[in-house]
Amino acid sequence: MIAFWILAPLAVLAALAMVAARKAVHSALMLAYVMITLAILYAMQDAPFLFAVQVIVYTGAVLMLFLFVLMLVGVDASDSLVETIKGQRLLAVLAGLGFGVLLVLGVAQAVVSAPVGLEAAHAQGNVVGLAELLFTKYVFAFEVTGALLITAALAAMVLAHRERLTPKPTQRDLAEARLREYAETGRHPGPLPPPGVYSRHNAVDTPALLPDGRASDLSVSRTLRARGTLRSAPELADDVDETLRKIGATGRTRTVGDRAAGEVGPPTEGRTFPASGEQPDGDGTGGDS
Amino acid sequence: MSTEPFLVLSALLFTIGAFGVLIRRNAIVVFMCVELMLNAANLAFVTFARHHGNLDGQIAAFFVMVVAAAEVVVGLAIIVTIFRTRRSASVDDASLLKY
Amino acid sequence: MSPMTALPVLSETASAVAPAQAGGVYSLLWLVVALPAVSAAILLLGGRSTNAWGHLLGCAAPIASFALGVLMFVSLLTRDAHDRAIEQHLFDWITTGSYDVDAGLLLDPLSMLFVLLITGVGSIIHVYSIGYMAEDPRRRRFFGQLNLFVAAMLLLVLGSDYLVLFVGWEGVGLASYLLIGFWQHKHSAATAAKKAFVVNRVGDMGMALAVMLMFATFGTTSFVGVSAAAEGASTATLTALGLLLLLGACGKSAQVPLQSWLLDAMEGPTPVSALIHAATMVTAGVYLVTRSNFIFNEAPTAQTAVVIVGLVTALWGAIIGCAKDDIKKALAGSTMSQIGYMHLAAGLGPIGYAFAIFHLLTHGFFKANLFLGAGSVMHSMNDEVDMRRYGGLAPLMPITFLTFAMGYLAIIGFPLFSGFWSKDLILEAAFAENLVVGFGALLGAGITAFYMTRVMLMTFLSPKRWADDVHPHESPRVMTVPLLVLAALSAVGGVLYLGGWVVDWLTPVVGEEHPELGVPVWVISLAAVAVVAAGVAVAWVLVAKRDVPREAPVRVSVFTTAARADLFGDALNEAVFMRPGQHLTRSLVYVDNRGVDGTVNGLGGLIGGASGRLRRLQTGFVRSYALTMVAGAFVVVVALLAANLS
Repeated sequence: MIAFWILAPLAVLAALAMVAARKAVHSALMLAYVMITLAILYAMQDAPFLFAVQVIVYTGAVLMLFLFVLMLVGVDASDSLVETIKGQRLLAVLAGLGFGVLLVLGVAQAVVSAPVGLEAAHAQGNVVGLAELLFTKYVFAFEVTGALLITAALAAMVLAHRERLTPKPTQRDLAEARLREYAETGRHPGPLPPPGVYSRHNAVDTPALLPDGRASDLSVSRTLRARGTLRSAPELADDVDETLRKIGATGRTRTVGDRAAGEVGPPTEGRTFPASGEQPDGDGTGGDS
Repeated sequence: MSTEPFLVLSALLFTIGAFGVLIRRNAIVVFMCVELMLNAANLAFVTFARHHGNLDGQIAAFFVMVVAAAEVVVGLAIIVTIFRTRRSASVDDASLLKY
Repeated sequence: MSPMTALPVLSETASAVAPAQAGGVYSLLWLVVALPAVSAAILLLGGRSTNAWGHLLGCAAPIASFALGVLMFVSLLTRDAHDRAIEQHLFDWITTGSYDVDAGLLLDPLSMLFVLLITGVGSIIHVYSIGYMAEDPRRRRFFGQLNLFVAAMLLLVLGSDYLVLFVGWEGVGLASYLLIGFWQHKHSAATAAKKAFVVNRVGDMGMALAVMLMFATFGTTSFVGVSAAAEGASTATLTALGLLLLLGACGKSAQVPLQSWLLDAMEGPTPVSALIHAATMVTAGVYLVTRSNFIFNEAPTAQTAVVIVGLVTALWGAIIGCAKDDIKKALAGSTMSQIGYMHLAAGLGPIGYAFAIFHLLTHGFFKANLFLGAGSVMHSMNDEVDMRRYGGLAPLMPITFLTFAMGYLAIIGFPLFSGFWSKDLILEAAFAENLVVGFGALLGAGITAFYMTRVMLMTFLSPKRWADDVHPHESPRVMTVPLLVLAALSAVGGVLYLGGWVVDWLTPVVGEEHPELGVPVWVISLAAVAVVAAGVAVAWVLVAKRDVPREAPVRVSVFTTAARADLFGDALNEAVFMRPGQHLTRSLVYVDNRGVDGTVNGLGGLIGGASGRLRRLQTGFVRSYALTMVAGAFVVVVALLAANLS
C-alpha cells in the first residue's frame, strides 16, 4: 500500500500535467509515465500478464506510434491553450468536477465487502488462468478481436495511402510552374534563402539577415518558428557583446565586423541594426527576397 | 489491501482524461486523453478482478487494450490524412459538418 | 273506354312484370339508339373531312331509327295488349354482390310512343335544319350534336333501369348544354348554356338521390324490380322518392321552381329550341313521372306536389308568354305552360297519365311546328326576333303563315285540332279531381289563347313595322316541307284519341281510371271553348285594334313589368341562392385562408423557426459534442446512483 500512496499522487499529477502541457511531446511523455505507473499497479494487484502487456503494447508500441505521428504532423497553432469556443472551458471544468465527484461517490458506495483476492483463481498461475478463460469462455470475442485488428490494419493502410491521380511532374513541369507563378504573383523562382550562418552558432535556427538588416522569415523552418525556438540575429549580438567584453576587446573588432563607420557605440546601440543600406553583407547572408 | 483507493484513482484519472478531451484542441493530445480514460477503465477492471476473485476483469482489460490498439491505429491514420489535406491537426478546424 | 274502378287496374299495372325477351324485329332495338350515337361519333370525331356529307348522315340516322321504330310499332300492334313489353339485355353493367345493374332496353307502349315522337319529329327537324343552318360553317358539328341528343334521348326513354335512364338523362343535359351554347361566340349564348347546365344540376341531384334511395331501400334500380318492391314499401319512402323524382323532373322540364333556364335557352339555334326545348327533352320530366307511376300512385303527397307544380308552372309560363316581345321567348313561356299542363295531368294519377302523354304528343307536334315557323320567320327577317319589328308577313310568307296558323289553332284548343282533344281531356280530369285545379287549368287555357293570338297578330297580321333593308321572303323547300308535315300532324293529331286508342294503348303501363264528372262532358268542352274565345277576343281588342309601337313601352303596369322579368324568377334565385351562396363561399374562403391555413402555416412556421434556432446547437465542433456526451453520462450516472441508493 505504501507503493500505491507514492505512485498514485504522482500519477494524478502526471495526468494533470499531460492535459496542461503546451507541447504534445510533453503530453506523450507524461502519458508514458502514467502508463508505467499503471503497469506497476497491475503487478501489485496480481496481474503480471497485464503488467507485461501494458508495458510492451501500450507504452512500447502505442505511445511510440503517437510519437511517430507527432513527428509527421509537426507542430502548429493547435498547440495553443487559448480556448476558442465560448464557455467550453468553464463547462468542461464543471462537467469534469461533477463527473469525478459522482464517480468517486459511486465507487465509495459500490464497494462494501472485503476483497476476495485472486489466490483461488491463480491455482495454476496467472497466465494459465487467463489463457483458459480466453480460449474457452471468451474464445468468440477473442476471434472477433482478431478480425478487428486485421480490419484496423487494413484501414490504416487505406487511409494513409495516397493515390496518384495525375502523372508525376517532371523537372520541366516544375520549372515552368515556378516561372508561371513568378509571372503571376511575383514569388521568387529560386531556392529559399538558407539560414544565417554565424561562426559561433549552429545557424539552422537562426534567420538570415537581409541587406537592410532585417531577419528573413523564409530562411528558417516553419516548424522551428511554430515552436518558438528561433533566435534572431539581434539577440545573437548580445552574446557577441558578452564575449567581446570577456576577452576585453574594444570596439575595433566590432567596427570591423559590424559597422562601416568606426564609431564605438554603447552596448545598447551596438545591438541595434540600423535599417540603412550601410550594413555590409552579413556573414553568409544570401537571402534577398 | 483494500480496493477503494485503486478505484478512486481510476475515477480521478478517468475524469482528468475526459476533461482533457473537452479542452484540448490538438487531435493527437485528445487521443492521448482518450487513451488515459481507457487506461483508467483498465485499472478499474483489474481492481474489480481482484475484488471479486476471478479473472474475468483481467480478460476485459486485455480486450480493452486490443481494441485501444486498433482504435489508435485507425485514429492516427485519420489524423494524418486530415493533416495532409488541411495542414492542421486542430479538432476545431474540422467543423464543416454543421448547420 | 269501359268503366272500370281504379284499384283493380292499379294492381294489374303493378303485376305487369317480367317483360318478354327481345326476339325477331325487336332484337334490332339496340340499333335505334346506336344509329344516331354512331352517327354522332363519326360527325364529332371525323373532323373536317365529313363536312361535305355530314348533314346528310346526320339526317339519315334518325330517319333510319324512325323506320325501325315504325317497324316495331306495327309489330307491337299485332301483339296482345298485355304482352307488349319487350326487354333487350345488352350487357352486365355493374355486378357487385347483391346489386346488379344490367344495361338493358325496355320497349313497351309508353316508350314506343316516345321513340316515334323523338325519331319522327326529330327527323323532320333534322331535315329542316339542313336549310336553316345552310350558311353556318359549323353545320356538320351541329348535326353531330343533334344526333348525340337524339341518341341520349332514346336511351333515356328506352332504358330498362333508372341508372340507364340516368345516363340518357345526363346525355341529353350535355347535348342541351352544347346546343344552347352552339353560337358560343355570343356571350349571351355561352352564359345561357352555363345557366341551363347549372340549374339542371339541381334537378339531377334530386334524380341521383332518388336512384340512391331506391338502391338503399329496394336493393335494385330496375323498373321491374322497383315496381315490384314499391308495393310493400312504406308511404314515407315512396313520398320521399316521389318528391326527389319530381325535383329531377322540375329541373329537366323547366318547372317552377327550376324554370329559369328555359327562357335563356332560346339563345340556341331555332331547330334546337324546337326539338330539345319544346318537343322532346323538356318532356322528359313528364316521362319520368309517368314511368314512375308505381311510385306516385302509392304516394298521394308527392302526387299533390306534382299537381301544384304543374298548375303553378302552367299559369307562370302563360303569364310570362303574354309579356315577351321576343317571339322565341313567348313560345318558350308557352312551352313551360304546356308542360305544366302535362305535369298537372300526370299528378292526377291513373286518371291523367294517358292524357298527359297524349298532350305531350300533340304538343310535340304543334310546338315543333310553331318553333320551326318562328325560325322560318327569323330566317327571312335577318335573325330579328323582336315581334315589334314584324307585322304583315302573312302575304309574303304564305306557307309559313298557314302552317303557323295550324299550330296556333292547335295550341289554343280550337275545336277538332289536336290540342283541343288533349287539353280538353286534361281539363276534364282536373275538374273531376279538384275544382280549384280545374278552374286554374281553365284560366291557363284562356291566357294561352290570349298570348298566342298576340303572337299571331304581331307577327303576321298587323301593319308592317320592319326596317327598309329587310326583305322578307318565303323559306326554301327544305324548310317548308317539314313545316307542312308538322302542320298536318298538328291539325289531325287528335286521331290518336280516335276510339280512345291512346288511352287503351297505354293502359298496360299506367293503368286506367275514368273521370267522374258531375256535369256532362260537353259542358267542360263548351266552357273551354268559351274561355278560349274570350282570350282571343281580348287579344284582338288589345293588339289588333291599337298600333303596336316599334319600341317596347317603358311605362307599363306592374304586372307587365313582372312578366317581362320572368315573374322575378331570376331575381328570386339571385336573392335566395346566389348571394347567400357567394357570401357563404367568401366567408368559407376567409376561414380557410385565415383559420385553417393560418393554423397550419403558423404551426409550420413555429416549428421551422424553432428548428432554425435549435440547429445552432449543431456547431460542428467535436468538443461541444463531447461536452454534451459527458453531460449525458453525468445524468446516467446520477440516475444509476439514485436507483442504487433508493
